[in-house]
Amino acid sequence: MAEVRRVRAAPRGWLARTLDSDVFYSFYTSPVTVLAALITLAFFLVAIFAHWIAPHDTFDLANISIMDSELPPAWLEGGDERFLLGTDDQGRDLLSAIMFGLRLSLLVGFASVLLSAFIGVAVGLLSGYAGGTLDDVLMRIADVQLSFPAILIALLVDGITKGLFPGEASELLAIFVVVLSIAISTWPQYARTVRASTMVEKSKEYIQAVQVIGLPSWMIVLRHVLPNVLGPVLVIATINLAIAIIIEATLSFLGVGIPPTQPSLGTLIRIGNNYLFSGFWWITFFPALALAVLVLAVNMLGDWLRDVLNPKLR
Amino acid sequence: MLMFTLRRLAHAIVVMLVVALVAFSLFQYVGDPIVGLVGQDTGDKEREELREQLGLNDPFPVQFARFVYRAAQLDFGISYRQQRPVVELFVKRIPATLELSFLSALFALFVGIPLGVHAGLHRRSWTAKLSQSTALVGISLPPFLVGILLIYLFAVTLEVLPSSGRGDVVDVGLWSTGLLTVSGLKSLILPTITLGLFQMTLIMRLVRAEMLEVLRSDYIKFARARGLPNRSVHYRHALKNSLVPVITITGLQLGSIIAFAIITETVFQWPGMGYLFIQAVAAVDIPVMAAYLVLVAFLFVVINLVVDVLYYAIDPRLRVQSSTRGGAHG
Repeated sequence: MAEVRRVRAAPRGWLARTLDSDVFYSFYTSPVTVLAALITLAFFLVAIFAHWIAPHDTFDLANISIMDSELPPAWLEGGDERFLLGTDDQGRDLLSAIMFGLRLSLLVGFASVLLSAFIGVAVGLLSGYAGGTLDDVLMRIADVQLSFPAILIALLVDGITKGLFPGEASELLAIFVVVLSIAISTWPQYARTVRASTMVEKSKEYIQAVQVIGLPSWMIVLRHVLPNVLGPVLVIATINLAIAIIIEATLSFLGVGIPPTQPSLGTLIRIGNNYLFSGFWWITFFPALALAVLVLAVNMLGDWLRDVLNPKLR
Repeated sequence: MLMFTLRRLAHAIVVMLVVALVAFSLFQYVGDPIVGLVGQDTGDKEREELREQLGLNDPFPVQFARFVYRAAQLDFGISYRQQRPVVELFVKRIPATLELSFLSALFALFVGIPLGVHAGLHRRSWTAKLSQSTALVGISLPPFLVGILLIYLFAVTLEVLPSSGRGDVVDVGLWSTGLLTVSGLKSLILPTITLGLFQMTLIMRLVRAEMLEVLRSDYIKFARARGLPNRSVHYRHALKNSLVPVITITGLQLGSIIAFAIITETVFQWPGMGYLFIQAVAAVDIPVMAAYLVLVAFLFVVINLVVDVLYYAIDPRLRVQSSTRGGAHG
């Protein structure tokens, strides 16, 4: 009490505040995290602007010539300088195919993370706020599902949905089925976490206050509980983005995911796998490298975010 | 103890019934089973007779009860795609999957624990840091990529190990084993590593974290104060206590290994249950899918039950908790 320390005034404006925050400090003092963030950002940009920066349009059949098929990367003997990373079995430029594949992989990843977070948060809020039998039933379902690996459930959902819509499935439907499979297989994590934080928030005074005012339950949950339980959801979502990308790639690799007409990274790897024994290693290698680097970078960001947002670990 | 076991058993039975319901709904709502059984030229009247004969017009609960009754006797019907009894298909493939899974679990344990102990004891050494970063890469690499990488390295480039199949197998009764021939053993190496790598990194990270935790505890300080040699402190006191959670995780991961075997088996064209399941999903072969689902769920439930009860028996703290809180969860 004797000594009053001078505290620097908090800067104004959201940018200055962000730059001054603990989170940002821990970000730029960890070079690995900065590198991971830059790599992730680069992948996102490539995916978003694939149409403009890809050297070839792999969807335009007029552009593809079977004469160009299975060319090695440009720096190897027999390579063609038009195709930096070589071509696949149909003469598509591999670099462009990877860029478009990346876009599809990220799109599926984001869509499924959004969907599963939506389901999980909704179930968690409902379960935590309502309690009682509903809570028991919902959490029991989550428990059962958590004891099975996500990939198994995704495969199953994929199989069922395929059976429900027999015949020649359209590409859009195939993509939707994959998104749905991943979302259904990963929601319980969000639900568990959100339920726990909802129960904590529910017992706090501000919630009691709004209950006394007489706000309807749905409004309390959406306006007052929800914003306070979203922190951990962000962490799970980041880590789950990596998991979703892996599941999508695995499903596509197994041949039950995204069809080869519009290949994702997993589909490209599967196509290349058929040519591994012919010595055309690049058809598999470059998509695989892109996938591995992307997942590693996102994982590192997720790890960092978890450490920063979890005060226990500091 | 008995109450706990009974409660877990009841829980397990409920889970199995739910899974059976899902599997049964597959038959009910995905495609028409009659279409899978008869040809194009079968008339409507004959179809209706067959429907009646198979009991497909009975009410839902009756059909479900019949399904559970038959499943309990391992009767899952006939594969749409291969036109053979599903059980027959599975019996042939179970040994392949189980051999691969157990070897992978052993690999994960016998490589993961020493690496984890090392990383925990000498956490500033470069070898520990190397294994830590390898673990991060191992967790980020999807299993099928690891498989492709190994195939390219050892089968395509070096040509020392086979890339697919089980090699020569020897039949021991109903069980066909690849453990008794050289080519069988050689064929096992790459799939085992592929399947076990993820679990190995998991165990390694877990053992390391547990070791670090245990080494900070008071009884280790006391053991040191008693002047016990490092070796005794590390391996007799620290390691022993850090292995309890490892046992649980290993038990639970055994189920995941069997499930992840789907991917490894596809990469290596390994004639196991997982490969069968993938082919069934691609062809919408419902009886095979349903049987796989029930079978894997059964394995999971049994493993979970055994691990839960074992854990409860090993760790006295849980018993105290459950008697004060009136019920142990999870």
